[in-house]
Amino acid sequence: MENKNFDIIIIGGGPAGLTAGIYLSRAKVNVLIVNEGISGGQMVLTHQIANYPGFENISGYALSKTMEKQAKAFGCNILSNVNLTKVSLNNEIKKVEINSKDIYTSKAVIIATGGKSRELGVIGEKDFAGKGVSYCATCDGDFFQNKEIFVVGGGNSALEEAVSLTQYASKVTIIHEFDYFQANNHAIEEAKKNSKIDFILNSTITGFYGEESLKRATVKNLKTGEEIDKNIDGVFIFIGYVPQSEFFKEQITTNSRREIIVDKNLTTNIPGVFAAGDVIEKRYRQITTAVSDGTVAALNAIEFIQK
Amino acid sequence: MNTLSTDLTHITSEAQYNEILKTQENVMICCGRMGPMCIPVYGEMEELESEYTNVKFYDMLFDLPDAHVIRNLKECSGFMGIPFTIYYKNGQVVKATSSIQSRKQITEILNEKFGK
Repeated sequence: MENKNFDIIIIGGGPAGLTAGIYLSRAKVNVLIVNEGISGGQMVLTHQIANYPGFENISGYALSKTMEKQAKAFGCNILSNVNLTKVSLNNEIKKVEINSKDIYTSKAVIIATGGKSRELGVIGEKDFAGKGVSYCATCDGDFFQNKEIFVVGGGNSALEEAVSLTQYASKVTIIHEFDYFQANNHAIEEAKKNSKIDFILNSTITGFYGEESLKRATVKNLKTGEEIDKNIDGVFIFIGYVPQSEFFKEQITTNSRREIIVDKNLTTNIPGVFAAGDVIEKRYRQITTAVSDGTVAALNAIEFIQK
Repeated sequence: MNTLSTDLTHITSEAQYNEILKTQENVMICCGRMGPMCIPVYGEMEELESEYTNVKFYDMLFDLPDAHVIRNLKECSGFMGIPFTIYYKNGQVVKATSSIQSRKQITEILNEKFGK
């Protein structure tokens, strides 16, 4: 890319970042999206989306591609699969370094780095990823035909995916750290009335073991401290997301959950630096709310650079 | 549907697979579906194709009957997550991974096994 000086740089290419890109480029603002993955962020990982207005049913991949195409059509520059190596946000001119060599500058920055699947962080989890440990029921469910599996988590994703996995597995045991669920009533009822689903509450997994593939897991009762070994073929983990704010923590104020703190205009603690989408402190994380954030951040960023 | 909706070259038969392994020195094949764990890997491969001109990049639909050539590889025997991504040198498997892989993970394997 010849030009390295932009009006606004957006870091992150999920629904918040792409929406900001669409609004900014359509307003003839010289904008660059730098994205460490492919366009769409977590949205790409969603098999079917049925609650995005305007589409009765669309895959996350298709919606991502459409948003990206829309942004590019208005002249938005997008650099995907880059490695973000340094960011300087405190000065009037912001600097974003990628791949340890290319430095891009702008008058304002929008951080829209989203979140990533939360991991249990226990022994064997990484070793058995794709070999019995999974974070995607629609991708890997059919490897567990007539097998016994665990689902870890107590939110909507965990309970809904547990129900969906009963079409393959002979038995699904939901392991959850509390004695209540955070999911909505409908999801809880559906899981409870499914005869293939059992529950182990107040518990968590503390380790994964096996050889070529996963063979057993240790389950710890968080109230009694008792730990038991369970033979198991597969474990699906749905315990939410963590905001990807680590890279900015020296400059941007975050809360104890590492979410970026913003005001109603989505301004961070640094003038000219905005944040949008799943990376910010908020209650509801949906594609629709990310799109809304992207819009608000973009419009406020335009106002900021035109001052 | 017997191919994936990607910009990669698709392998659709066992005969084509065998011919590729017989004639190409460095090969990377991603065998999956159009699902959340697979699409990011295809995306990475599409972008790496121009960077690693010494490597031939292909995909193959996991559910094709002929995809047994990958599904049944001994190197994939413990795999329980798609995509299955296989790296070949002179027709021999030199590395196999299951499930989603980052660009860093992929390029580390490409650099180690094939150079640049």
